[in-house]
Amino acid sequence: MSTTEFEARLRAALHPVEPREDFAVRLERGLVELRDLAVDELEGWELSAMRDPRNWMRPAVATVVGAGAGAALVVLRVRGRHRRRRAQSTNVLDLAERTVRDLADEARRIFPGGD
Amino acid sequence: MPDEPVPHDKAALDRSFSELYRTHLRDVYSYAYYRVGNHHDAEDLTEQTFLQAYRHYERALRESDGRPLRPWLIRIAHNLAANYYRDRARRPESAIEDAAVISAPHTTETLVEGREELEEILAGVQQLPDDRREALIMRFALGMDNREIARALGKTDGATKVLLHRAIKQLEGIVGHPEEAAAS
Repeated sequence: MSTTEFEARLRAALHPVEPREDFAVRLERGLVELRDLAVDELEGWELSAMRDPRNWMRPAVATVVGAGAGAALVVLRVRGRHRRRRAQSTNVLDLAERTVRDLADEARRIFPGGD
Repeated sequence: MPDEPVPHDKAALDRSFSELYRTHLRDVYSYAYYRVGNHHDAEDLTEQTFLQAYRHYERALRESDGRPLRPWLIRIAHNLAANYYRDRARRPESAIEDAAVISAPHTTETLVEGREELEEILAGVQQLPDDRREALIMRFALGMDNREIARALGKTDGATKVLLHRAIKQLEGIVGHPEEAAAS
């Protein structure tokens, strides 16, 4: 088999792979939501909210991952697991610790290795 | 999207990113698929790639100087895939899930023979050193030229040409004489 023939077979073997349609749609929708969330999170931020410890998570995330749109995704995912953490916690301090750990894990997952 | 100026407002930047996403989703997904060997992890890697890209898109546009952004996207996927293997301390468990099955239609007579041959080639690709395997994926699955591959891998055009040549030669050896070539 000549190299040209071999390359043709290689091209046939390594053909482009189409993502599943539901994945493509879901990812695009996620990116749009991410953009909207980022705008809400970053523009809607008020310093007065800092008085309430429940709001400390957001600037903490922004510090960890930078003021990028990805911060909103971290918040969204961590916030989405709030009920589960609350059920697992024995007291408020335990809940706070679990939240911080979850936050750090999620930030590392979204931005592995940082930049 | 070469020669596109950096949009000044956020909405235009987002539209521009959406176009980039639609244009290159298949490229990123294909690359991810051939790196990790299954659809589940390929989806995860593709998602992470576009999240990272979205985060740094404005700067990338500024610094691209009008050059296509596909190598930049693939480089992000390449780095994330490296982390994927490092974190999980693994390589693809099986060669490739079912890639050969999706290839172009064959006649009934040649189907079995052709499929076996493609699977043999895919298995050979998985045996190549990382840089050679990646160069082949970029060239044949994504249709990238030498210059684009060089940018994605952070190499010179000349080094990339040599890399591709050696990758093809080694793969030919593996497919022809599996035991000897894999050891070389």
